[in-house]
Amino acid sequence: MSGQSLFPRLEPLLPRVRKPVRYLGGEGNSQVKPWDDALVRWCLMYPDAYEVGLPNQGVQILYEILNEQPDVLAERTYSVWSDLEELLREHGIPQFTVDAHRAVGDFDLLGVSFATELGYTNLLTALDLAGIPLYATDRDERHPIVIAGGHAAFNPEPITAFVDAVVLGDGEQAVLEITDVVRAFKTAARPGGRTELLMRLARRGLVYVPSFYDVDYRPDGRIRAVTPNRPGVPARPAKHTVSNLDAWPYPKAPLVPLAETVHERMSVEIFRGCTRGCRFCQAGMITRPVRERSIDTIGEMVAQGLAASGFTEVGLLSLSSADHTEIGEIAKGLADRYEGTHTSLSLPSTRVDAFNVTLANEFSRNGRRSGLTFAPEGGSERLRRVINKMVSEEDLIRTVSTAYAQGWRQVKLYFMCGLPTETDEDVLAIAGLAREVIRAGRRASGHRDIRCTVSIGGFVPKAHTPFQWAAQASHEVTDARLRLLRDAIRGDREVGRAIGFRYHDGRPGMIEGLLARGDRRVGAVIERVWRDGGRFDGWSEHFSFERWEKACVEVLEPLGVSLDWFTTRERDEREVLPWDHLDSGLDRDWLWSDWQEALRGAELDDCRWTPCYDCGVCPTMGTQTQIGPTGRILLPLVSTGPSRPGGSSGPSGSGSPGRSADAAAS
Amino acid sequence: MPRRPEGPPPPPVVARVRVRFAKRGRLRFLSHRDVARTFERALRRADVPMAYSAGFSPHPRISWLGAAPTGAASEAEYVELALADHRQPRALGEVLDAALPAGLDVVACAPATATPLAELVDASHWWIRLPGVAPTALAAAVEALLARDLVEVERVTKDGHRRFDARQAVVLMVCRAENDTCAILDTVVRHTTPAVRPDDMLTALCVVAGLRPSVPPEPLRLGQGRLLADGTVADPLMPDRDDAERLVGRIDA
Ligand code: SF4
Repeated sequence: MSGQSLFPRLEPLLPRVRKPVRYLGGEGNSQVKPWDDALVRWCLMYPDAYEVGLPNQGVQILYEILNEQPDVLAERTYSVWSDLEELLREHGIPQFTVDAHRAVGDFDLLGVSFATELGYTNLLTALDLAGIPLYATDRDERHPIVIAGGHAAFNPEPITAFVDAVVLGDGEQAVLEITDVVRAFKTAARPGGRTELLMRLARRGLVYVPSFYDVDYRPDGRIRAVTPNRPGVPARPAKHTVSNLDAWPYPKAPLVPLAETVHERMSVEIFRGCTRGCRFCQAGMITRPVRERSIDTIGEMVAQGLAASGFTEVGLLSLSSADHTEIGEIAKGLADRYEGTHTSLSLPSTRVDAFNVTLANEFSRNGRRSGLTFAPEGGSERLRRVINKMVSEEDLIRTVSTAYAQGWRQVKLYFMCGLPTETDEDVLAIAGLAREVIRAGRRASGHRDIRCTVSIGGFVPKAHTPFQWAAQASHEVTDARLRLLRDAIRGDREVGRAIGFRYHDGRPGMIEGLLARGDRRVGAVIERVWRDGGRFDGWSEHFSFERWEKACVEVLEPLGVSLDWFTTRERDEREVLPWDHLDSGLDRDWLWSDWQEALRGAELDDCRWTPCYDCGVCPTMGTQTQIGPTGRILLPLVSTGPSRPGGSSGPSGSGSPGRSADAAAS
Repeated sequence: MPRRPEGPPPPPVVARVRVRFAKRGRLRFLSHRDVARTFERALRRADVPMAYSAGFSPHPRISWLGAAPTGAASEAEYVELALADHRQPRALGEVLDAALPAGLDVVACAPATATPLAELVDASHWWIRLPGVAPTALAAAVEALLARDLVEVERVTKDGHRRFDARQAVVLMVCRAENDTCAILDTVVRHTTPAVRPDDMLTALCVVAGLRPSVPPEPLRLGQGRLLADGTVADPLMPDRDDAERLVGRIDA
């Protein structure tokens, strides 16, 4: 019988695995709905370990929106760690949800959210454990429709063999519309089966169904064309854009895990989209235009979320939070409201300016001023023009001087290595910058106990960005430059000891690059790696570059392409890119001209404060930039008094079905 | 010049309450850290007026008693809360119970007495279900263990292996039967250093009689408190009750 709890079979295995708490569910504000009352049943997956996946906002938002529908049920599943995977196989227990421990294969839909490409092998594990055939073409009426979403799904081509459909863009409205189609289809006794359902979803422009498109290749390995293979489906499936974030104030009741997770706080997204125009940033390009939440909605979401969760920290999220038109008022309003309540506020602060320090001061009124983070991204001024990160060395020094003078003890600087046009000198300039930062800090604070951490990631070109044509720097080049930089910093007798240096092995970036810009032929590489034991590729203790390299040689080279072909090869303007048939709203000509501007080192202003530069998004998607100011402020919250019953403070309660009133009588 | 937290010092502690709670069902897999985190969030949701420590990162003043290990259920976990405002303990227990997830359940809540909680607890009563173990096999193993004065066991800790005696701590050990294929180890253990935990007792039974359960055992702490002369333990939240009277009731049950 479908929908039954697997927990009785799972429980005896739990004492034998690491961190059994990962598999218990029971989070505050989680829900278990009766199986038989639901007409449409969604399983949502974040394909990483529970502690990484649970805080994911996308999954939490969709989970709540779907469960608000009376005839819809949504549960969650995460990747099981390898110790449990082995036991599940041994005991014949399928992939299960954490909510009611139901078999994932019993659901109508399996929605998988990919924040990073390195989760692809975990998708295969979950499908296999769930008893769902790996290839979409092998599935029938008994199997869930597998839908991919999330930022990485903007180039889903490498996983098209394994998914039935792909949702591009914001999921809030899209999941409800997909649900409507599935509901009608099930109510009508599934006319035309699986293909007809996918056809209905595709025809309405809700999803991209890869099997409805054929890819032709040229003899040299490049793509000739991607064309629909049946009438009625859009030539270019487009992304979804939610146009009024105030109408979608989710999550209202954040999930409160019993286990420790990577973010021990609640998050409120204060705006979506970014038009700063950093050319490396896929998130900024694919989430345009900027849509702010109003100060009132933000205030309400914080208040409601805290009452429903009991969290002690609130993060105000977005791609560049200091850019909200009313961030000053929001910061002050929230700091006033929560003064003396042992609630801390945080802003992922990466913008380099003194205003950001003021905000950080507001948020740390009574807290320790430990570390501030800034992201100049490029070491030299020339390189920062190439990537359109408009920060001068003077700005940076002024900003960090302010921070150190006001009691901050440590500044963290983020950079990337392997950017287009980069030379050794650009990377070595990071050492000079860090030296000036320490000097400025010592001057500003009057003591020598000043620290700066330089943190460096390898650049991976992504789809739908001006750098989508760029050659990725090989890991040998990146690693060599980082060694030079490390030696330069360590060798600096004046400040070397005050600078911390953090960087990662460049090799996972090559695989991320392969998956980020790969086409359908890369799917066989993923499968080969997975069959060879590849799991949790985002975890350094699991990732094996050799395994990927070997699979690339075996799978790609017979086709005349290779790992290098997909990563370190520069593309020309006319090459058909694997994701060209997916519409992110960005005008391809604009992307190309911005790429050319990058090579010339020309900067581009933000369209929020300067005229529209026709990136294409607003007219294509029928959207527009939505920003304040509203001119409103946050008033102090009226205390509801101590008589408020604790358990019912969340809008959907803290969900303890089956709790008996006599729990106190033992 | 080092910064100091602005504003007045935290309000003083005006009352302390002690809470007995249970860790039941699937929540037995919570570690002590998981329980503590979940408790702190529930206290906030329930608007319990906690007293906080001073300094840059104030934390609510909560004193924990040695927690049941991950995987062990318990009917008798204890914690003491320092309050910045007065609350009726019974009402506090009710709102806290409502705010805690099902499975972490408040059993009782009482004002703290002058004797520190830790001094009211020196032994635990464990009820360890052993599915797949025949009661006859367990009975033999218990007999073998009780016949010894000393049984060394080894535990793997963060800092390597540690050997210690698990026998001296055992006050009482009885084999009970759920049915022919499920034995129950009913035992009272004194709190020693290091604490002898259910898995240590099972290791000891393995050492003396080769007992190796094929299915993971299910330990349950039924009670902890002061060890009484008859080998039972007294609930630390009921120090005023006539111990003799309470014990009669327990034995009758
Ligand atoms: S279309 Fe114009 S206004 Fe809209 S995001 Fe692009 S540049 Fe900005």
